[in-house]
Amino acid sequence: MALAGRTAMRWARLRSPCPAAAPLCRPAWLPAACERRYSCPGKEKLDMSSYPVESIRNFSIIAHVDHGKSTLADRLLEITGTISKTDRNKQVLDKLQVERERGITVKAQSASLFYNHEGINYLLNLIDTPGHVDFSYEVSRSLSACQGVILVVDANEGIQAQTVANFYLAFEAQLSIIPVINKIDLKNADPERVEKQIEKLFDIPTDECVRISAKQGTNVEKVLQKVIEKIPPPQCNTADPLKALVFDSTFDHYRGVIANIALFGGEIAKGHKIVSAHTKKRYEVNEVGILTPNEQPTHKLYAGQVGYLIAGMKEVTEAQIGDTLFLYKQPVEPLPGFKSAKPMVFAGMYPIDQTEYNNLKSALERLTLNDSSVTVHRDSSLALGAGWRLGFLGLLHMEVFNQRLEQEYNMSVILTAPTVPYKAVLSSAKLIKEYGKEQITIINPAQFPDKLSVSEYLEPTVLGTIVTPHEYIGKIIALCQDRRAVQKDMLYIDENRVMLKYLFPLNEIVVDFYDALKCLSSGYASFDYEDAGYQAAELIKMDILLNGNPVEELATITHNDKAYATGKLLCERLKEAIPRQLFEIAIQAAIGKKIIARETLKAYRKNVVAKCYGGDITRRMKLLKRQAEGKRLMRKIGNVEVPRDAFIRILKRETDK
Amino acid sequence: LCPQWPYCRKRCSYCNFNTYVVPAVDEAAVRACLVREALTLLRLSQVHSVTSVFFGGGTPSLASPRTVAAVLEAVAGATQLPAGAEVTLEANPSSTSTSHLAGFRAAGVNRLSIGVQSLDDAELRLLGREHTAEEAQKAVEAARGLFPGRTSIDLLFGLPGQSRDAWAQRLEAALGLCDDHISLYQLTLERGTALAAQVRGGALPAPPPDLLADMYQTARTVLVAAGFRHYEVSNFARKGALSTHNLSYWRSDQYIGVGPGAHGRFVPRGEGGCSREARVQTLEPVAWMREVQSQGHGTRSRVVLSPLEQLEELLTLGLRTDEGITHEHWEHFSPQLSLQDVFGAPGEARALQQQGWLLLDGGGLRCTWAGLAVLDSLLPDLLWQLQRR
Repeated sequence: MALAGRTAMRWARLRSPCPAAAPLCRPAWLPAACERRYSCPGKEKLDMSSYPVESIRNFSIIAHVDHGKSTLADRLLEITGTISKTDRNKQVLDKLQVERERGITVKAQSASLFYNHEGINYLLNLIDTPGHVDFSYEVSRSLSACQGVILVVDANEGIQAQTVANFYLAFEAQLSIIPVINKIDLKNADPERVEKQIEKLFDIPTDECVRISAKQGTNVEKVLQKVIEKIPPPQCNTADPLKALVFDSTFDHYRGVIANIALFGGEIAKGHKIVSAHTKKRYEVNEVGILTPNEQPTHKLYAGQVGYLIAGMKEVTEAQIGDTLFLYKQPVEPLPGFKSAKPMVFAGMYPIDQTEYNNLKSALERLTLNDSSVTVHRDSSLALGAGWRLGFLGLLHMEVFNQRLEQEYNMSVILTAPTVPYKAVLSSAKLIKEYGKEQITIINPAQFPDKLSVSEYLEPTVLGTIVTPHEYIGKIIALCQDRRAVQKDMLYIDENRVMLKYLFPLNEIVVDFYDALKCLSSGYASFDYEDAGYQAAELIKMDILLNGNPVEELATITHNDKAYATGKLLCERLKEAIPRQLFEIAIQAAIGKKIIARETLKAYRKNVVAKCYGGDITRRMKLLKRQAEGKRLMRKIGNVEVPRDAFIRILKRETDK
Repeated sequence: LCPQWPYCRKRCSYCNFNTYVVPAVDEAAVRACLVREALTLLRLSQVHSVTSVFFGGGTPSLASPRTVAAVLEAVAGATQLPAGAEVTLEANPSSTSTSHLAGFRAAGVNRLSIGVQSLDDAELRLLGREHTAEEAQKAVEAARGLFPGRTSIDLLFGLPGQSRDAWAQRLEAALGLCDDHISLYQLTLERGTALAAQVRGGALPAPPPDLLADMYQTARTVLVAAGFRHYEVSNFARKGALSTHNLSYWRSDQYIGVGPGAHGRFVPRGEGGCSREARVQTLEPVAWMREVQSQGHGTRSRVVLSPLEQLEELLTLGLRTDEGITHEHWEHFSPQLSLQDVFGAPGEARALQQQGWLLLDGGGLRCTWAGLAVLDSLLPDLLWQLQRR
């Protein structure tokens, strides 16, 4: 979600069986996706002791998508001599194809910059953050390694939903904020208006904003100076015992897990024995270093510094984001805020062709090596065969994961429409005993407990932020109401832009909300959301019947208010998807015994090819035999034959409208 | 034997056959090649006698009677062509002057199939036909004069925009005009044709399925009431005027295709073969001629049909006829496994019988009146059951 601008391109790419999907199709000058380069073995190890805490600044750049975060990062790397200055430096820190295409950051990449200001050598650690609140936990961990942020806002588009979300993350982390207005070279740039928005919404005086053009390099130097002046150095001491925050990790097939760390105290070097506060496992450090942005080994890392560590960890789950590392036998109080990733959106994933199952399985395994936040459970469907139920942090996470499967592993899959984890508070003593708890999470409609044994159903909610030109307010409010959302806030951020905050049931936005919003605002409204806990909801289980027989894979959990509309839509789509048969088929949506919607598929009255003589029989036989062969793959519901294709068309996520 | 004349004066808007519109045909060369290929393939098949000949196309009535005569003489010279053998020529109303037709009769043609298609000028224009309703009528009358009791007409229904009433009127007019054989084809919108493109583009309406079903039922009822036997999905005959040649396709007899793009099914005994083969001749006339000139035939593909494949074809084609597949006929192709063995056991065929689409009795396996209209929905089930045996 919250992907502006590049959406059209991205769907065009997603739909085409594009050759660019092959992992090897990248410009030769780019580092290989997902893999870090080896550091040059002959190179001298750097001595980091010459950078005391006072000369260190740790910061992030945060921005709405496409506002120029990665371009600014490129310029900062160039100015500080971290990378050479060429025309080809575009999104240097975004290494994945999906990142470049979507203009987002999925995997954070960090870089240490050396910069001399007024005679002092500074070490500036640019800690990249994933660009979306789907990854808000990662963002908050990355931010916890920083003392300040550069908040980039497009001079033309002004504050967008993600700008707001990102600002609050930084604000709540009590970081220094340097507002930067980018793209002032654009024809329609209106930096004054944006400065006023920033003042109104974030309470930052207009004269604190730095106007830049990252593309042309205008005023970028000034941003670096602000970083040094306004962001405080980290508050920590090398004399303290080691305390290191893991804020990211990647997996390298040859060297195992590479953890990105920020030192909150002490020092670390090869040979040190360390312990993970979360897993309590012990490791010996093999290598430490800084990222420039490729790995550059150093003798040591000292308090306040940011870098990487390799210590024989075999799986990314051993270096969980937010974990604290300390020296063996010198335990410290772990850094606050650690939690395990919690999936918010679930979807079934099946190979298009069952013979591809093993290939897909190994691709999934390899991809989850680098993304431990995806949960994977084996699942199978009578219609779609063997597959998995995957849990994602959010919608963008799901899309990115799917796109990476396609691009990096050349896998095409059936991804079913996403569902959300509901909960039920049980009232039946028998069920409570059976589950061993009073509150259960329901991922699969088959597990939906009957109303009689439940005191209350709960659904997940999110707090959504929408920023829009004011002329679309009416339509957007109507859309939100239709999605059962409750307005929490409405604020004019300038004369013609409005920020709306709504509490949404998560399931109302997982399917097509973003497309609908973009469509009715001609693409101008932006949207972002954050987790807002569970709320009580009148949930029901709806069955789909074919000539009276329920179709297991089409059962859905829905809100009472939405049952009719959902049922009607499903019946209509099924009518389109099931081929006519020799008898009439009643397609019904039912809640318990009550039928709430019905479509009728009429029987075939004529289906016989007109001309069949000697000439055309070969082609005809091929078609008939394929149909006969297809009988094997038909799912029979009572006497109704439903092709696998029909299930795919119904269950598959609609990616565009 | 089915010789193909691949040329047309103009391509019709609904046609996707292997036809060619060329400014000038070197008829002598084509003739020589048709004769040569016929001789080569007849020798290869070693058939004792040819029971029927069907000149198809293209528009074979554009060829000269000399060409037809040359092929027939060659056949008679190479094998037996009994005096009573059916020799049909497909003709277009625009190339059927009485004298031309008389020439064909003199050459040995004894049955004519005329592509009338419609008896309405607007419909004929839509179909891209060169003739008018009046010309069609004249052509049929001329043909009946020369081939009494042996003239067939083709009609199309289900044209875009055609109403039920319009079809009933066409049918009535056709009944007033026709001889003892009518072929009624539902218009198939073939991919790649001008008409299909217009329908897909929305310029013309697609006929609704229920209307097509009604039109078909109307036609069956009207023709049967007029004394016709509905002997195949699209074919009707009275006074026993069934097309012997076409029946041989539906009975899976051997046939030899001659000419560009012609299909055949026969056992090449001449080279010691003992399995039925599916054969296709080279599509493009110039390439075909070159091949015939250099090696005596232009066979582009030959595929041996397995016993199962032969049974699949037998089933698919045989069920199109009113008599279906008789026990004897099935046994001819499958001496070990009887019709009863395959379809009498519990399974798809039995369910289809219970639902009233199919009959399996002393006469054999065939469609019911209702089943014939939905045969293509029955076949996948039946083939699936056959494959499992």
